Parts: sequence; structure tokens; C-alpha cells
Amino acid sequence: MSADDAARRSLAGPQSGSASSHAPIGRPRSVLDARPEHSADSPLSVHAMTVAYHRKPVLWDVDYDAPPAALIAIVGPNGAGKSTFIKACMDLVPRASGRVEFWGLPWRKARQRVGYVPQRESVDWDFPVSALDVVCMGRYRRIGWFRPVGKADRAAAIGCLERVGMAELAHRQISQLSGGQQQRVFLARALAQDSDLYFMDEPFAGVDAATERAIVTVLRELKAQGRSVICVHHDLQTVAEYFDDVLMLNMRVVAAGPVAQVFTRENLHKTYGGRLTLLVEASEAVARAGQQP
Amino acid sequence: MSDAVHTFLSIDLLPLLAATLAAFSCGLLGNFLVLRRLSLMGDAISHAVLPGLVIAFLLFGTRASLAMFVGAAVAGVATVALVELIRRFGRVEPGAAMGVVFSVLFALGVLLLEQAAARNVDLDADCVLHGQLETLFWVAPREWSALFSLDWLREVPRQVVTLAIVAAVSLAFVAALFKELRIAAFDPGLATTQGIPAGAVNGLLMVLVAAATVASFEAVGSILVVAMLVCPAATARMLTDRLLPQVVVSAIVAAATAILGYGAASLLPHWLGLAGSVNAAGAMTVTAGVLLTIAVIAAPRHGVLARAVRRRRLATQVQVEDLLGALFRKAESGAAGTTVPTATPHRASLHAARIARRRGLVSGDGPTLDLTPAGRRVAAGLIRRHRLWEAFLVDEAGWRSDHVHEAAETLEHLRDVRRQPLVPGIAPDRDPHGRSIPGGADPARPRSEDSA
Repeated sequence: MSADDAARRSLAGPQSGSASSHAPIGRPRSVLDARPEHSADSPLSVHAMTVAYHRKPVLWDVDYDAPPAALIAIVGPNGAGKSTFIKACMDLVPRASGRVEFWGLPWRKARQRVGYVPQRESVDWDFPVSALDVVCMGRYRRIGWFRPVGKADRAAAIGCLERVGMAELAHRQISQLSGGQQQRVFLARALAQDSDLYFMDEPFAGVDAATERAIVTVLRELKAQGRSVICVHHDLQTVAEYFDDVLMLNMRVVAAGPVAQVFTRENLHKTYGGRLTLLVEASEAVARAGQQP
Repeated sequence: MSDAVHTFLSIDLLPLLAATLAAFSCGLLGNFLVLRRLSLMGDAISHAVLPGLVIAFLLFGTRASLAMFVGAAVAGVATVALVELIRRFGRVEPGAAMGVVFSVLFALGVLLLEQAAARNVDLDADCVLHGQLETLFWVAPREWSALFSLDWLREVPRQVVTLAIVAAVSLAFVAALFKELRIAAFDPGLATTQGIPAGAVNGLLMVLVAAATVASFEAVGSILVVAMLVCPAATARMLTDRLLPQVVVSAIVAAATAILGYGAASLLPHWLGLAGSVNAAGAMTVTAGVLLTIAVIAAPRHGVLARAVRRRRLATQVQVEDLLGALFRKAESGAAGTTVPTATPHRASLHAARIARRRGLVSGDGPTLDLTPAGRRVAAGLIRRHRLWEAFLVDEAGWRSDHVHEAAETLEHLRDVRRQPLVPGIAPDRDPHGRSIPGGADPARPRSEDSA
């Protein structure tokens, strides 16, 4: 926990009544119940989240408050629980304990303001749908049960494809797109969701340079509109360039906060367990971070 | 009403109707099973209903069809639930989960059958495998007017009524929840975060698959059920790239399979001079396989033939372009009117020369060829692409200039403008070897296909 977090916590007022369940043993209640006072502004507040697969803990006692209108990277080694973290926030995997709030609201009430871009490999790209069909899926909640996708929805989806430079491929079947184009379709679908907070699982994985630039442009647009994006990110080299905040995760939270403050060699060492090749990459990244104002 | 028509109505109509309804329901729902890689669920369900049938018989002491149907339906849904549980908690792939569940439940059914000495439960292997389609006859009304009075509905056997209800419910389900089924199959994670619980949608689908399987297998047998869950969807998949056309086509293919198969079963032995007729459900299953085979071979875009033709055309296109390029380079070096280059195998280059002549790209008789103006334009475009790629690979990608020719030799055939290496306006006018790059794009593009 950073000093910043600790300071916030000490300022926090007493706990409101609703969230007293799931107290893990061995933690003083006063710490668990402490709430940062700004959690109604924070698009995502996670308190004491523990997730286990088959009794093996994947995430342990995670506390995190995301700042509003920021681009946030989640970094950490393979198996650190990065994807699990965002899935557990959205109730896609069950939590053993802990509480997650979005703008101070539980997931069920905040769901319509949260968008999700899963890992590209998580879906079957031979599925018989066009790029446009996939983007329209971002509007299914808005369309509502039983109703078909209408003209207005399709027009909106085309607009989203335009924003990622894919409008002319709207009617292609998705298996005929390159990996970067598929990732852009996913991004367009996220835009179609028109959310205030996005979770993206490795949007930069395996994409070409043009797509990477397109994604960064869109992310910055989203931030300029006051939205927040939380990305699982693998490329330590680009963390400082693309993101404002970083959450460094390895089963526990190693560090969280503005990139300039917490994305340090020491924290990277702690996060990645000091593996040599990674350290080399990391020190380069830190050097770049130092060049950023 | 003539006797022949009355015979058809009495003997053929109901089996045909039952088979068509069963095929329609299974074909419709099968799309989503195939997309979710659960094609064998129908196989699992149709075997696993045996214990349900026996228990229903023991509980109610009757072979009344409603009791049996309820028993089978409960067993079918239990199968689906067990498969899902084993898949999730046993950490095995769905195929293994289905294999375990249906073999164990089927064996349990056999044990129950023996223990209860309830051997009069009419469920021998024949019935399970190919159903009892031929037993579905009725006494059709003699007069046409009687057909319209709807009194005959009471005479229709229960299996056919059940199948009609299941078919109607399946159609309504797929129509009403089409987009929910699509997103739940494609991206269950996104569906769930949007408030469309993928697990519940898929669970509902499985319940319907269980109902369709149970209603169908009694009449048409488990083999046809499995075939109908998989083949129409796979056939339609060959013919289309979108889900809605696929679902519509698969329903049509399923119904056509039933009708063609039934016709084949009653007519083929007669034509071949054989006695009697063959099992209708068996004939339909074979028909489903034949239709799928035809689709795999002859589908317009994804079929084996179509792909072979496309490859062949592309190969010819490349040979023609190589020929034009060689002629262009010869002309560039001052030697006009040249023979067919023999860098490519002789027959291929002769073929290319023939095609080029037919398209008016080259002129001349016998082995001596000249570029026509049209051929010159195409060749200039090709050489331009070749030399631009060479320049790009040297200037931008940092290759050595003596390594770029082979790569450019392939890349020059890419016709998609989005895949050209350089932005217009900043294109160089010389390649790395110092040769000039012919200007402008080639307007004469004989073929717009993309060779990637």
C-alpha cells in the first residue's frame, strides 16, 4: 500500500452499514471498514478482495481505488491474477471475500455504466458474424430483451467502426480480419457500449503498430471525455507513455498510484520477483518514465 | 378423394410430418450446439433418457405416453445439468463430460430395467436407434371436407402432436432470443456483464434441446436426432457466413432432408426392384450426410471445388503477370518481340501465354510475343509495385538491396491498394538497383481479387 493510500485511509470516515459481511479472519474490523471518502467519485473501489480457484488463492486481500478519468494499467507477471482481478470486479468469477463498488454502487446497479473488452483469444473468430454484428453486440443491453437490432443501432455501430478506422470492413466475416483488425472490432464494440468505465484485457496483445496507435488514440479520447479505462497490460516499455496510473499486481497489490510515483525499479522488482530479463526491460522502462514530465 | 391419396394420407403423411417436425426442431437448435462445440449433446441425451423412462414406468406403473415423456424429459434435463457440472468441476473438456454422463446413465437404465424385471418396457435397441416412424399410421378421413373440420386432430397420435408443439416452441425461442443466443454463444463474458446471463440463456437452450431430442428420438430414433442436430447446421455453415442466414438455411435443409429421405426410403427399393422398403429414419440420416458432403464439395465460396478454382485462377494470374513482367523487362533492355520466357515450367508458361493472348495483353504468333498497349499498362503497374516494394524494403525495412528481389517477386502480385507499401506523393522514382519506377497506378486491372 502506498503512503498515499494510507493517508486516504486514515482520513476515511466510519463505515456505512451495508458492507459489514465477508470479514476475513485476522484483520481488524476498523481497517476493513475504513472507506476512502471519495469512493463515490472513484469509478472502482475494491476492498479486501480475495479470489481462489480450486482452493488456490489467485488474488489475496486486494485493496484498490481507481482515480476518475484516468488510463490505468494493470501489470504483473503471468499468473499474477490480472485477468482474474477484472473478472472478479464484474462478478464473472466468484470472490471468496471482499467488496467491489463502482462510483459507490454495487455491480448490479453500476453494470450499465461499465464496458468490457475480453482477451481476443477468448472468443471463436470463426463464428458466423460480421464485424458489424460484433460491434452491435455492444448495444444489446440498450436494445433490451427480445427486440432485434434496429437501424439506429446499426448506424451507431458503423460510427464506432469509423472511429477505429474499420468502417470499410464492416461487412466482412470476422475470420477474414487480421489480428489487429479483430482487436479494433473489439474496441469499436466497447465504444458502442458507451460506458463510463472500461475493463480491457490485453487490448495491445499481438497487434500491429497501426492498430496500437489507433487504440491509444481512442483511449485518450475516452479519457478526454471523462471516462476511465483499466487495461491489463504486458508491455512494460509503454506503460509510462500510454497510462496515467498503474496497478502493480502479483497476487497482492504491490503498488498502485500515478505512474511517475509508483512505477519504480524497486516496485517492478517486487512485482516480477527480480527475474533478470525482466529487470533489464524494467530499467529501460523506468528510464523512459524518467524522461516523461 | 382417390384411393391413392387416401393411402398416402393414412400411411405416409404422419411419418413424413413427424420426421419433418423432428428434423426442423433439431436442425434449428443444432446451430447453437455446433457453434458452442456441443454437437454430441443430442447423442448423450437420447441415450441417457433410458433410466428416466424406466423410473417413470416404475413410479406410475404404466406405459402411458405422458408419464414416459415426462420421465424422459426429466432425464434429458438432468443429463444436460450433469454434463455442465462435470465440465465445470471435473475440469475436463465437454466431449469427455458428455461421454461419461451418457454411458453411465445408459448403463444405469439397463441395470434398472433388469432389476425391476420390467422387461415389457418397450425399448429395445431397434427402437432407440432408428425409432418407430413406420408405426405412425392413422385412418385418414375419406372426404376432403372432413380434413377441414378439424375433428381428425383427435385421431393424430400423441408423438406427432408433441413434435408439433416442440417445433413451434423451438421456432419461437430462436426467433425471440436470437440476439441473446448469438451473444451468449459468441462471447458469454460480455453477455453476462451486459445483464444477459449467458449461463441462463444456454441452460434454456439445453432444456429445449432435451425436449426436442426426447420428442424426436421416440419417433425417428437417436441416430437421426444426432444427425439432425449436426448435419443441417454444418451444411448451412458451408453456404453462409452469417448467423441468421445459417439458421434459416439449416431449418430448410433439415426439412428437405426429412422429405427427401422419406421419399428415398419408399421409392428407391421399388425402383431398384427390391422387395419392401428401407428404414425411413436411416434413409434420412444418409440423406443428411449426402447433403453435407455435397455442400462441402460444391459450396459456392467455402466448398472444396470453389477453393480449388480460386487457387487455380490465382496461379494463372500470377503466371500471366510474370510473363508480362518478363516481356516488359526485355523491352526495357531494348529487345522487342521476344520469345516466351522459360523461367517457369514450359507448360505453365504456354498456358499463361494463351491466357494473355486471349485477354488481349500480348500479340504475336507462335513463340514470339509482344506486349499490346493494354498489356504494357498492366506490366508497368506490376513492375511499379515490384520496384516500390524493393525500395520500401531497403529504405524502410533496412534490408540489403541484393536480398529484396525474391520478396518483391511475391509482393508485386498483391493488388489491394491498402497493402501497397508507400504513401502516394512521397514515392521514390528509382528502385534500389537504380532502375526507374514506371509511374501511376495501373488502370487496367483484369481481376480485382486480392491474392493474399
